[in-house]
Amino acid sequence: MRRELLAELNAARRERRAAVLVSSLDGQVQRLVTPDTLAGDPLAEQIDAALRAGKSTLVEHEGTSFFLTVQVPPVRLVVIGAVHISQALAPMARLAGFDMVIVDPRTAFATPERFPDVQVIAEWPETVLPPMKIDRYTAICCFTHDPKIDDPALEQALRADCFSVGALGSRKTHGKRVERLQAKGFGEADIARIRAPIGLDIGAITPTEIAVSVLGEIILSLRKKPLRAQVAQ
Amino acid sequence: MAGAMRYILPNITELIMLASDDDILGQAEAWANAGKGVALATVIETWGSAPRPVGSHLAIAEDGHFLGSVSGGCVEGDVVTEAMDCISDGKPRVLEFGVADETAWRAGLSCGGRIRVYVERIG
Repeated sequence: MRRELLAELNAARRERRAAVLVSSLDGQVQRLVTPDTLAGDPLAEQIDAALRAGKSTLVEHEGTSFFLTVQVPPVRLVVIGAVHISQALAPMARLAGFDMVIVDPRTAFATPERFPDVQVIAEWPETVLPPMKIDRYTAICCFTHDPKIDDPALEQALRADCFSVGALGSRKTHGKRVERLQAKGFGEADIARIRAPIGLDIGAITPTEIAVSVLGEIILSLRKKPLRAQVAQ
Repeated sequence: MAGAMRYILPNITELIMLASDDDILGQAEAWANAGKGVALATVIETWGSAPRPVGSHLAIAEDGHFLGSVSGGCVEGDVVTEAMDCISDGKPRVLEFGVADETAWRAGLSCGGRIRVYVERIG
């Protein structure tokens, strides 16, 4: 492998960009493919499938074996609201391998005592999300019930193409939320991406059960369907 | 890169636990930038019960340092040996390990699985 290629691959990982290193096993061909350069690639279909699965794999093309080294950013879970559900969700998300961060400007909620093992940021979402560079490998869950806190996070999650965007609240609450987002210029397709009420319908009642349903929904979005942004391409 | 190899096998399980793919490819780049000959071994195929998934890396420097893993520590020694040859001649190679290969290879996989490993030089 050329050293520049390795440097590019490492840079992509540091910057949370997806990339696939294509190597023919005879050592003749090696190139880096990104979602942006995927369209023109002779192995586009196989690379796309590998990107969606998030797994490195061996493929055949016209009698030659190619290894696809797939690099996708680790999945992040950004939770808006340092609430009871978030306390239950934090250890589960860690077990499932998600990188979880909690954002809540209410300092009474966002304390390290309430969340000993997870990063908690006592800031407004509009302040803290841009520098976090949320992306299509990020899931956003809004749990505060407060439009002042949840709405800006939802807006940024939609713009950043987050693979899972959900918000707690009844259908009535969501109806009002939809009106506010429409007033801000979000279209039907954007709004349809918000999972509300958040979580799979497993009849969850307790905060722990709701956390299970939320985590299940995120995993469903991640594994069952191709990432939305990749389908659009 | 002449003479005996100076890698130390007993620490390998410790390394397996500690090194993420992040560190491995980053370390490979750092070694190459420091002017060392470097090879990268990648698990490209597995059958049966294999200890490390497809895509796992082991980076090897010509001075004998290595980071990462392609198995539970069973075949790393042989991969490192091959990597040294690869650093010398620049030719990529595909290695196969399994319980059935005990006569061909010094090492086998005790778990009963089979793996194929691609070894290439960086640079």
